[in-house]
Amino acid sequence: MEQPSLNRTEQLQEQLKIVKAESPWRIAIRRFAKNRLALIGLIILFLMAIICAFGPFFSPYELNQTDIKNKNLAPNAQYWLGTDKLGRDVLLRVMLAGRISLTVGLVATAISVVIGATLGAVAGFYRRFADTIIMRIADIFLALPTLPILITLGAILSDLKIEPSKRIYFLMLIIGILGWVGLARLVRSQILTLREQEFMQATEALGLRDSRKIFRHLLPNTVPIIIVSATLGVAGAILTESALSFLGLGVVPPTPSWGNMINAANNLIDFRKRPWIWIPPGMCILVTVTAINLIGDGLRDALDPKMKSR
Amino acid sequence: MSQYIIRRLLQMIPTLIGISIIVFAISQLVPGDYITATQNPNLTAERIAQLRALYGLDLPPVQQYFVWAKNMLVGDLGQSLQHQMPVTEVINTYVWNSFIIAFFSFIFSWIIAAFVGVFSAQFQYSFFDKVVTLLVFLLMSLPSFFIGLLAIKYFALDMKLLPTGGMTTAGLNATGWAYIKDVGLHMFMPVVVMTTLSVGGLTRYFRTGMLEVIRQDYIRTARAKGLKERTVIFKHAFRNALLPAITLLGFELPGLFGGAMILERVFNWPGIGQIYLASLNLRDYPLMLGFTMFLAVLTLLGNLISDVLYGVADPRIRLK
Amino acid sequence: MAKELVAFRNLETHFKTSAGTVKAVNDVSFSIREGETLCVVGESGCGKSVTAMSLMQLIESPPGKIVGGEIFFEGKDLLKLSKKEMSRLRGKEIAMIFQEPMSSLNPVFTIGKQITEPLLYHLNMTQKEAKARAIELITMVGIPRPDKIFHSYPHELSGGMRQRIMIAIALSCDPKLLIADEPTTALDVTIQAQILDLMRDIKTKRNTAIMMITHDLGVVAEMADFVVVMYAGKVIEEASVLELFREPRHPYTQGLLKAKPVINQRKERLYSIPGQVPNPVDLGENCHFHDRCEFCMEICKTKAPPLRAHIDGHKTACWLYEEEGKAQ
Repeated sequence: MEQPSLNRTEQLQEQLKIVKAESPWRIAIRRFAKNRLALIGLIILFLMAIICAFGPFFSPYELNQTDIKNKNLAPNAQYWLGTDKLGRDVLLRVMLAGRISLTVGLVATAISVVIGATLGAVAGFYRRFADTIIMRIADIFLALPTLPILITLGAILSDLKIEPSKRIYFLMLIIGILGWVGLARLVRSQILTLREQEFMQATEALGLRDSRKIFRHLLPNTVPIIIVSATLGVAGAILTESALSFLGLGVVPPTPSWGNMINAANNLIDFRKRPWIWIPPGMCILVTVTAINLIGDGLRDALDPKMKSR
Repeated sequence: MSQYIIRRLLQMIPTLIGISIIVFAISQLVPGDYITATQNPNLTAERIAQLRALYGLDLPPVQQYFVWAKNMLVGDLGQSLQHQMPVTEVINTYVWNSFIIAFFSFIFSWIIAAFVGVFSAQFQYSFFDKVVTLLVFLLMSLPSFFIGLLAIKYFALDMKLLPTGGMTTAGLNATGWAYIKDVGLHMFMPVVVMTTLSVGGLTRYFRTGMLEVIRQDYIRTARAKGLKERTVIFKHAFRNALLPAITLLGFELPGLFGGAMILERVFNWPGIGQIYLASLNLRDYPLMLGFTMFLAVLTLLGNLISDVLYGVADPRIRLK
Repeated sequence: MAKELVAFRNLETHFKTSAGTVKAVNDVSFSIREGETLCVVGESGCGKSVTAMSLMQLIESPPGKIVGGEIFFEGKDLLKLSKKEMSRLRGKEIAMIFQEPMSSLNPVFTIGKQITEPLLYHLNMTQKEAKARAIELITMVGIPRPDKIFHSYPHELSGGMRQRIMIAIALSCDPKLLIADEPTTALDVTIQAQILDLMRDIKTKRNTAIMMITHDLGVVAEMADFVVVMYAGKVIEEASVLELFREPRHPYTQGLLKAKPVINQRKERLYSIPGQVPNPVDLGENCHFHDRCEFCMEICKTKAPPLRAHIDGHKTACWLYEEEGKAQ
């Protein structure tokens, strides 16, 4: 009888070793690396970011350098993507617009995540009153027609004659503030289940402060869903920004963004005869957003296979 | 059942009040008003003051809110300044134009998504499934205005297959079948583009739903009964996969009646979305506010409808 | 002796996993005679359910695949039938009930609809005939107020009732073989007994052959005429139930029988077979039980023992009973 029980412990130890060597993150990375579409997405996004970030340094042109002699040129050896009606290099503008669009998407999402995670955690942790209030507000935001609100706010920004360079900060803020609800709900429900688990009783026994419990012990456990939701959020924010900018209510010229570059299509001749002005930024949006969505989906599968996709 | 609905309707009230306050507050942030936006140089200062008093624009904001809110309660969204008729009438006039394109694209996208999603799930990991998965991601990432513009450029301008925009051919006073045909031609591109935009996410939804369902024990039972694979998939599995999709049905409500602002602008379709965008330029507050509230109510009703539909469809939670 | 109804001949069903090929069913042969109740016994993962699912041809593919062997049903090789011919047999000639009554019924259809479905499909009954027959079946499996049950949904029924309904569905077309895959495992003990009673009833009244899959030797003792013991994808012993309980020969079977508590025989502690079921991926050519076997010999580690009859009808796959083994 002695022999088998020893074997058991050995086997258990063997298994424990395996478990120890494979942290959840490592497993997630391995799963992600197996997802070919997600990897392709990652490579595309990486290239896109690199080109937008560093490409402009290698460009012989400058942002608002107009050149009337060389206006409306089709793509050629000198201007790879041609020039617009002011003789500006489209390629340079696409790269600079990419910086703006990616930044707006990232920062806006970061704002949503901070608000959403905090409010979700607070609602889930304190329950009762705080939960009721926060979830009521969430209900209101959820039923708020986002696009009309964004459009109205965009118009207000125009009326207040805010400088185009500062305007993007407001834009990030607005898009960020309107996008927190989804994440807040996810975090809240996760926290509600987490706080019932044993390790939270341990923190209770240790007499930790609430803020420490929330930010050190509870929120870290929701990081997987936050990462997934944030990734998909960036894709959404980029689409929102581009739509607003296309309507002339988001990022406004002379600051280039992919959306406002497509605005050139409102000019019939540019639209019809000079597609090189507006098709490249459109393709950039499409490719970037697709890449981010692929990454987000890969992350979802890797981090939380149970999380259902919508 | 009716009790449940009444309770839910009552719960909507505080949410609606919250929304109305936010919407009103935002509209108050807009500098200038309808009178300044019209930029009519013939107006004397006296006449401007008169007009402001007429439209209630001279009242303090809080008072304006209560006047607006009180009227809203009795279904009066005010008078559109630009259209010179009640906002409800403006909405009623244009919402149906929005509805017809939204409705067709709704039907097409649901049918396509259901079929593609089911087959994609049934043959998971097949070549077809892989192509569908990639396409779904592309479609979900499409910027609506860009795809609309591309469609107009290639199919309308370059190939001249379809009209570039609008709802009818200008100057063509067709009636009967000729009119329907004309509208149909104009609808074609907006409907296709709208379908393209919504079919991706839906397909994905159906695919995941089906994948979940075909792993269930009762599907094994259905197979063990010797039923045809078609019966197993389309009767036993699909009915179950439809349950979660039914909740989406309610969420479609604002989309059906709310107008697709950006696409309507791109295709110059005279829908409510486009009218809303135009009302913004003219600072037509009653219309802006009214339409936004209209959308909020649609969203809330949509949520309610999806809950009720889910209860009706799923015998396990059938509402008493 | 009754006619042979089902015969497995060298069946091989494999699953491809990321870790390697799992030979879930590895060279399995045995047969079931008409009207006989045969129990397949073994720990979870030994391939007993996969054997049954191979017979039904309901193996999930991919990853699973029947890669070799034959399964005869009334003399026809089922593996050579077309999909259509097979689906005509399924539910009509061969019916199956499962372990999980809670999830085995479709939640969105009424009980009536689910019982009448095979009647309409296989026997071409009219709606009216099917309903009458369904009511009859519900009564037969011992559920009162069949009219009400007919219009109920699965969630309105208890687990035991649902298993009865599953049995009613399985019996609807009067099958020649009923496969029951751990039909009582998920149920309470008292309900278990009722379901077993019902099945014994069916056996005696209808002369339906039953292939019962279980890990519970109590169930075996109550139900079986004949027993097949499986371990790691292979049949290691088969015998009539009396013979097996009287004289288990394979060390694994002996262990199983020792592990079972016996009333009125208080022991210090129950026996448990040492060690664990081997990792099913890429098992070698040896006796898969050797590392848990107290009689393990050198040959057991290098060569798989054949399944051979030593006494009439009692077959064992163990080197202990082979000349080669004895030679050592």
